[in-house]
Amino acid sequence: MKLPKLSFDLSWARVFAVFLKELVQMRRDRPTFAIMIMMPIMQLVLFGYAINTDPRHLPAVVELREDGPMTRAFLASLKASTFVDIVAISTRESEGDAMLRSGEASYLITIPDGFERRLVRGERPQILIDADASDPVAAAGAIGAIESVARSAFSAEFEGALASLASPPPPYEIVVHRRYNPAGVSAFNIVPALLGIILTMTMVMITSIALTRETERGTMENLLATPVRPMEVMIGKITPYVFVGAVQVVIVLLMATFLFHIPFTGSPFAFLVGVTLFILANLMLGYLISTIAKTQMQAMQMTFFVFLPSILLSGFMFPFRAMPNWAQALGEALPITHFLRIVREVVLKDADMPDILGDLGPLALITLALATLALLRFRRTLD
Amino acid sequence: MSEQLVIDVAGLTKSFSGRKVVDNFDLQVPRGAIYGFLGPNGSGKTTTIRMVCGLLKPESGHGRVLGFDVLDQSSLIKERVGYMTQKFSLYEDLSIRENLEFIARLYKLDRRHERVDKALADLGMVERQAQVAGKLSGGWKQRLALAACMIHEPELLLLDEPTAGVDPKARRDFWDQIRRYSAQGVTTLVSTHYMDEAVQCDSIAYIAYGKKLLDAPTAEIPKQIGLACWRVAGRPLQQAQAQLERAPGVELVARFGAEIHVCGHDSALIAAAAVRAKESFPHLQISEIEAGFEEIFIYLMAGSADNFQ
Ligand SMILES: Nc1ncnc2c1ncn2[C@@H]1O[C@H](COP(=O)(O)OP(=O)(O)OP(=O)(O)O)[C@@H](O)[C@H]1O
Ligand SMILES: [Mg+2]
Repeated sequence: MKLPKLSFDLSWARVFAVFLKELVQMRRDRPTFAIMIMMPIMQLVLFGYAINTDPRHLPAVVELREDGPMTRAFLASLKASTFVDIVAISTRESEGDAMLRSGEASYLITIPDGFERRLVRGERPQILIDADASDPVAAAGAIGAIESVARSAFSAEFEGALASLASPPPPYEIVVHRRYNPAGVSAFNIVPALLGIILTMTMVMITSIALTRETERGTMENLLATPVRPMEVMIGKITPYVFVGAVQVVIVLLMATFLFHIPFTGSPFAFLVGVTLFILANLMLGYLISTIAKTQMQAMQMTFFVFLPSILLSGFMFPFRAMPNWAQALGEALPITHFLRIVREVVLKDADMPDILGDLGPLALITLALATLALLRFRRTLD
Repeated sequence: MSEQLVIDVAGLTKSFSGRKVVDNFDLQVPRGAIYGFLGPNGSGKTTTIRMVCGLLKPESGHGRVLGFDVLDQSSLIKERVGYMTQKFSLYEDLSIRENLEFIARLYKLDRRHERVDKALADLGMVERQAQVAGKLSGGWKQRLALAACMIHEPELLLLDEPTAGVDPKARRDFWDQIRRYSAQGVTTLVSTHYMDEAVQCDSIAYIAYGKKLLDAPTAEIPKQIGLACWRVAGRPLQQAQAQLERAPGVELVARFGAEIHVCGHDSALIAAAAVRAKESFPHLQISEIEAGFEEIFIYLMAGSADNFQ
C-alpha cells in the first residue's frame, strides 16, 4: 500500500473556514460546552477539597484487650477528639478486622493484653493502628492525629510515681500498618496535578470525536468532496479547543489560588509554554483517535484506554520512580507525565524555563509525532 | 487529452467485502452534456459517482475527469466538480447561510457575500437564512444541498438523486437550471429514478448489479431496445392482465392507472396476445403504442434481475 503523502501547502483561508464552523457548532452544542467549563470546577471542588482538608471524623473501631485507668484515659481522649469517631469498642479478636475490611471503619486501634502492666515496667508495649490506606490521603492525615491523641492522653496519667515515664521517648510504641495501599500523596501535589488530569480528560475526549462525528453524521462525504486538505481540517478543528483548554486553565488557576491557597512560585512564562504544549499534545492525541475510531462509541472507549494509564503511570497516583522500568517507559510516552513534572516544578518549586526544558522537549516530540500520525491516518476517501 | 470528453473513464471496478459492486465500468461524457444515470437500488450508481470524483479509490480502472487523472489528481478534480450527495451531508446544526458560507470559504471564492446572497435569493430562502439546516423539510434540504454544490460554479456537476423528495414545481425549476448550465458548457451526470427526468437527459447510462447494460443517446434507446407495446384499457382489466401474463411472447405487463401496457420483442406475438384478450373480453379497447421509458426501464430491471441473481 502506498503511504499517503503529507502535503504542507495549506491555505489559511480554509483553516479559518473549518475553525469558524467548529466554533459555531461548539457554541450550538450547549450541553457539551457547559460540561467542558463545569468539569474543572466540579473536579477541583470534589477532589481538591476531599484531599486538601485534614481528614476528620473517620470511623474507628477500638479493640480493647484489657481494661484499666490508662486505657480508659486513652479511650476518653479518642472519643473527645474530632479526628476519629469511635464506632465500636470490641473485646474480641477478628471483629475489628472484619469492620476494617468492610469499610465500616477506617482504623482499627488495638491495645494489647497486659498493656498497662508492661507500660509501668517500661517495656514499651505497642499500640497497633491498622489503617485502611486504600484511601491514602485519609490514612496519612489521621495517623498523625492518633499519635498526638495518645501522647496527651497518657501524659496526664504519668504523674507521681510514674513521672519518669513522661519523658521522651514515650513509654509505649505506636505501630502503624497501612493496609491496601502503602503510598501517600500530599495535597499541594494534587491540585496542580489535577489540572493535568482535567485537561487530559476533556481535551482528548472532545477531539476524539472530531472526525468520527462527521463520519457518523454523513457530513464527511461533503467535506471530502471539497478541496480541503487534511492538515487544514486538523488545524481548523483543533484550534477552538485550545481556547477551551485555556479557559479551563484559568478556572483551575483561580481556584487553586483562592480556594486552595496553592503557592505559585515559578515563572508564569514557563508555565504558559508548558501548559500550551500540553494542551496541543492532548488535542493531537484525541484527533489521532478520531482518525482511527469508526464510531463515537469506539472513540470514547479509546479515550478511556489512554486515560487510565494517564492516571496510573504518570506519577499522579504512584511515585514515578518507584514503578518498574517498563511502566516508566510507557509513562514517558504520555504527555501528562511530562506535564506533571513541569507543573510541579513551576508551581511548587520555583522553576523557570531552563529547569523544564528536559520535559518540554519530549512533550514537543510527542505532539509532533501524534500530529504526523494523525495526518498519515486521515482518510481522504470514504473507503 | 480529449478536450471534448469531460468524463472519460474505463474499467472502473470496486468491491466491498469481496463483492463486486461496480464491475468494469466505462463512461464517456462530452462537454456540456446532461447524462442520466439510471439503475435499480443497489446497482452501484452512488459508488460509481464517488469513484469519478475521487471519494472512493477504484481497485482497477483508469481515466480522466476534466482532463485530470482520476487516480492521482483528485484534489484538482475536487476543485472543479460540484458533487451533491444522495444523503443530506451539510451540517444540520449550522444555519442555511452558515452552510453556504462554509462551502464558499473552502473553495476560496471571491465575492463570497455576493455569491451566498445570490444563492439564497435563487433558493428563495433569504428570509430563512438564519434557520438551522436540520430543521428544513426533506425537499428543502435537497434544494439547499443543490445550491451548495453549485456555489463555486463547477465545470462538472455530479448529482446523486438530486430531486428525490422534491415537489414537481421545484423539480421543473431544477431541470430548467441544469439546461441553462448545460448551454454554458457545464456538464452534468445525474442519477435518478424518475422517468420524466430521464427523458430530459441527452444520453442515458443504465447500470444493474454493477454492470453497465445500456449507454446511448436518449432518443435512440427505444429503437435499441426494440420493444413492441400494446395498450389495453376497459373492463375487466384484472382478468385481462392475468390472461396477458400467460400469453406467449409477452415479456412485460405493466399497469398504468386504468390501462395495461403489454410489451415484448416479438411484435407479432404481442399483437396476437392483445387481440386474443379483446376476443375474450369484448369490452376492452386495444391499440398499438410506442414503448415509453417507463416500460423500457421496467423491462430492463425485470431482465437484469434474471441475469444476475
Ligand atoms: N461503504 C460501503 N461498504 C459496503 N458496501 C457498500 C458500501 N457502499 C455501497 N455498498 C454496497 O454497494 C452496492 C451499491 O451501492 P450504491 O450505493 O452504489 O447503489 P445505488 O445504485 O446508488 O443505489 P440507490 O439507488 O439505492 O441509491 C450496494 O449493494 C451497497 O450495499
Ligand atoms: Mg445511490
